[in-house]
Amino acid sequence: MTAMQIIFLITAVVTLFAAFRVVTTPNMIHAALWLIVALFGVAVFYLLLQASFLAMAQIIVYIGAIAILMMFVIMLTRREMRDRGPQTGSQWPWAAVLSALMFGGIVWMVNSTALPASPVADVPETSIADLGRALVNPNGFVIPFEVASVLLLAALIGAVFVAWTRRHS
Amino acid sequence: MIPINWYLIVAAALFAIGLFGVFSRKNAVAILMGVELMLNAVNINLLAFWRYRAPTEPTGMAFAVIVFAVAAAEVAVGLALFIAVYRRFNSVVADDINLMKW
Repeated sequence: MTAMQIIFLITAVVTLFAAFRVVTTPNMIHAALWLIVALFGVAVFYLLLQASFLAMAQIIVYIGAIAILMMFVIMLTRREMRDRGPQTGSQWPWAAVLSALMFGGIVWMVNSTALPASPVADVPETSIADLGRALVNPNGFVIPFEVASVLLLAALIGAVFVAWTRRHS
Repeated sequence: MIPINWYLIVAAALFAIGLFGVFSRKNAVAILMGVELMLNAVNINLLAFWRYRAPTEPTGMAFAVIVFAVAAAEVAVGLALFIAVYRRFNSVVADDINLMKW
């Protein structure tokens, strides 16, 4: 067992435990804090996969923006924070069965598929520069990239519109 | 070297946990957290296949970047909706938001 595998296993245990706490803890603020731990663990997986740009983007976008935004919304809707009772619906056993079936199905499929045992090549040193060029290359991903930009802009304008307080109505 | 199966199985477990959160949670913000976990599991899969199948091409990373952008848009709109719903119903519990329930 190599050092990489040990790091992977520790990260996997921490990430999955944090994710489990996200969906089970009754206190919403604690759920948001556990979400930060889980997202950080996913960033470590990206580093193990040598996608360093995406690991940094994960920390900045997910932890720096999304998790903090969620924490703001939890505090703004804080009547729920005082609810210390069960935060799961009465149908949670069905949800658990369905999730376990989903997990079992995916594991069965992964194990019955021929997958590459090791990477076909090393990641080139210029992978981040290649990604940047591909995102603005007309023969690459410029159209999906621009569509994603317009989607983000439209979503943010829509978010401001939906959350706007109308004073005289 | 880490086998690709490990990444896929961890991502599957993360996806299943997120799915459980989406199905079982009552608070709407917690449901959105479950969706975030599922999107992260998908991104681990995308990057694992990029690393093991085509690491010399930026395709997998470009795909993951676009998933990031869509996730950010989804969270922005979702949380704005919950703020608007909280103003109207004074609650973000999914059971209370039953105006359009048949």
